Amino acid sequence: MLEPGLRAVTAALKKPVPRPLVKGPNTRTMVVATVSACLAYLLVVFFWGRFMDPGLYAVNYADKFLAPGAGHPFGTDFMGRDMFFRSIRGLSTSLVIGVIAAAVSSVIGLALGILSAVVGKAFDKVVLWGVDLCMGLPHLVLLILISFMLGKGAYGVTVGIALTHWPELTRVVRAEVLQLRSSVYVQAAYKMGQGRLRVALRHIVPHVIPVYLVGVVLLFPHAIMHEASLTFLGFGLPAETPAIGVILSEAMKHIATGKWWLALFPGLMLVVTVVLFDLIGDGMKKLLNPHSGNL
Amino acid sequence: MATRRGILFVILRMLLLLFAVSVLSFVLVAMAPIDPLVAYVGPSSTLSEEAKEEIVEHWGLSDPLPARYLAWAGNILRGDFGDSITYQRPVADVIRERFLLSFVLMMLAWGLSGVLGFFLGIASGIRGGSVFDRAVKVFCLVLQSAPAFWIGLLVLSFFAVRLGWFPIGMAVPMGKLAADVTVADRIHHLVLPVLTLTVVSIGKITLYTRQKLVETMGSDFILFARARGETQGQIIRRHAIRNIALPAVTVQFASFSELFGGMTLAETVFAWPGVGSAMTAAALNGDVPLLLGTALIGALFVFFGNLIANVLYGVLDPRVREGGGYA
Repeated sequence: MLEPGLRAVTAALKKPVPRPLVKGPNTRTMVVATVSACLAYLLVVFFWGRFMDPGLYAVNYADKFLAPGAGHPFGTDFMGRDMFFRSIRGLSTSLVIGVIAAAVSSVIGLALGILSAVVGKAFDKVVLWGVDLCMGLPHLVLLILISFMLGKGAYGVTVGIALTHWPELTRVVRAEVLQLRSSVYVQAAYKMGQGRLRVALRHIVPHVIPVYLVGVVLLFPHAIMHEASLTFLGFGLPAETPAIGVILSEAMKHIATGKWWLALFPGLMLVVTVVLFDLIGDGMKKLLNPHSGNL
Repeated sequence: MATRRGILFVILRMLLLLFAVSVLSFVLVAMAPIDPLVAYVGPSSTLSEEAKEEIVEHWGLSDPLPARYLAWAGNILRGDFGDSITYQRPVADVIRERFLLSFVLMMLAWGLSGVLGFFLGIASGIRGGSVFDRAVKVFCLVLQSAPAFWIGLLVLSFFAVRLGWFPIGMAVPMGKLAADVTVADRIHHLVLPVLTLTVVSIGKITLYTRQKLVETMGSDFILFARARGETQGQIIRRHAIRNIALPAVTVQFASFSELFGGMTLAETVFAWPGVGSAMTAAALNGDVPLLLGTALIGALFVFFGNLIANVLYGVLDPRVREGGGYA
C-alpha cells in the first residue's frame, strides 16, 4: 500500500510530458540564427569594402551634393563621391582596426587577468594599479596623448586603440579567475599537489574562456567608436582614406548649408555595426552560459 | 573612526594614482617626435644654432626625463602651467577661462541625464517586459552605440539648420561685444550642446536603473511588502527607490571619464570654446604645455568623480559601512 503522497508523485510521473507551449524554433536556435545573421552581415561589409573597386567612390564633380535618391542611395559629397560606397569602404577599415585592437587587447587582458590571479598578491596589486592608471585619464584623452606621441596618423590610432582596451577585459577575467580559485574543485587540485600553472591551464582557463570571448566581442564596438572619434577630431586616419570619422568630419563642414545626408547615413551605418556587435556579444553570452543556453 | 580613516585611505590612494597619471601623461608627451623648440619658434625661424642651443639650455630640454618631469611638476604645483603656443597666453589663464564653460556644459548634461535617466529607468523597469519597456531598452542601446559627435551633428543639422531655432555654434553670438552678451544669449547657445551631451550620457544610467529596479522588485522584501498590502506606488517610493538611488548616483559619478570624452567631441562639433576643443587644438598644433595642462584637468575631473563615487559607495551605504574596511 503506497503512502498518499508517494502515490501523488507516481501519478505525476506517469503523466505525459507537456509539449512546449510555443511552436517553432526554440530560444537556442533563435539565438544561433541571430548571431549568424549578424556575423554574415559584418563579413559581407568587411569583404565588400576590402575588395571594392575604388572607382565606385571616385571623384566626380558633375554629381556633387546630390541628395539621396536612385543611383546614390546615400547621396554624394562635395567632390561628387558616392557616400554609400565610401561608407562601406570606411566601415571595413573600422573593422580592421577593431580586429587588431581586439586581438592585442584580448591577449594582454587574458594574460594579465590570469596571471594576476595565479601568480600572487603582489603581482595582482601591480596589475590592478595598472588598470586604475589607464582608467585615471578619460579614455579619449589617453588616446589623444598616445596618438600625439606616435605622431598622429593610422599607426598612432591603431596602436593607441590596441593598447588601451585591455583594462576592462583584465578586470572581467581577473574577477572570474578569483571566483574560480576559491571553488572547491580548484582547491582540491591544489591540495592534491598540482602546480599552480597546471591548475591554471587545466582547471581555470577552460572556465574563463566563455567570459573572455564575450568580453572580446563586446570590445569591438568600443574600439570602432574610439577610432571614429579620434579620426573625427583629426588625429586618426588621414583625410584621403574613406573612414567613417573622416566622412563625418567632412560632413561637419557642410552641415550649415543643409547637407544632412552626409552625416546621417554614414553614422547610421556605424551605429548598426556597433549594435550588431552588441547583439553577437549578448547571443554568445546566452549560448555559452549553460543556465541560459538550453532554454 | 573607521569611516574617517577609510575616506582618508581612499583619498591617499587616489592622490598617488593622480601622481602616476601625471607621470604617464608627461612621459607620453615627452616621447613625441615633436621638437618643442621648432613648435615654439616655427619651422622657418632664422635663429642661429648658438641661439637655439641657448634656448635648449635655458628650457632644460637636454636634461634627463625625470629631471624635466620634476621641473614641470614643481611649476604646476606653484600654479605655473607654462605658456600656450596656440593662444599666446599662459596656459593657466586659458584653462581657467575655458574650464568654466566646459564645466557648465558637463554639469548641466550630467544632472539632466542623471535625473531624466533615473526616472526613465524606473518608469520602464516597473513595466518590465511591456512595449514601453522594450522601446526604452532599444532606444538606450542605440544611443549607447552612437558616437557623441554623430548625435551632435544630427542635433545641429535638425534644430539649428533645418528648424533654425538655435545658433550653429560658439558660446556667444558672433561679432557681439563681450559686454553686450546677455544671459539669454548664453542660454540660447547652451541648449544644443547640453542636449547632445545629455542624450549621449542618458543611455547608461537608464539601463542601469532599469536593471537594478527589476532585480529589486524580484526580491523577497518586495513580495512581503505586497503581502502587507502596500500599493505599487508605496512599494516604489518606500523600498525600490531607496535601494536604487545610491548605486545609481555612484554610477553617474563614475561616468565622469566618458562625460569628459563626450564633452570633447561635442565641443568640436559646436565650436564650443571649452577645455575639450583647446585640448584638440593643442594636440594638433604641437602645443605641449596646453596639451599637458588640459590632460591634467581631465585627469583631475575623473579623479574627483571616482573619489566621490568611492566615498559614496564605501561610506554612505550602510551595508558597506557596517561591514567596515575597504576590500
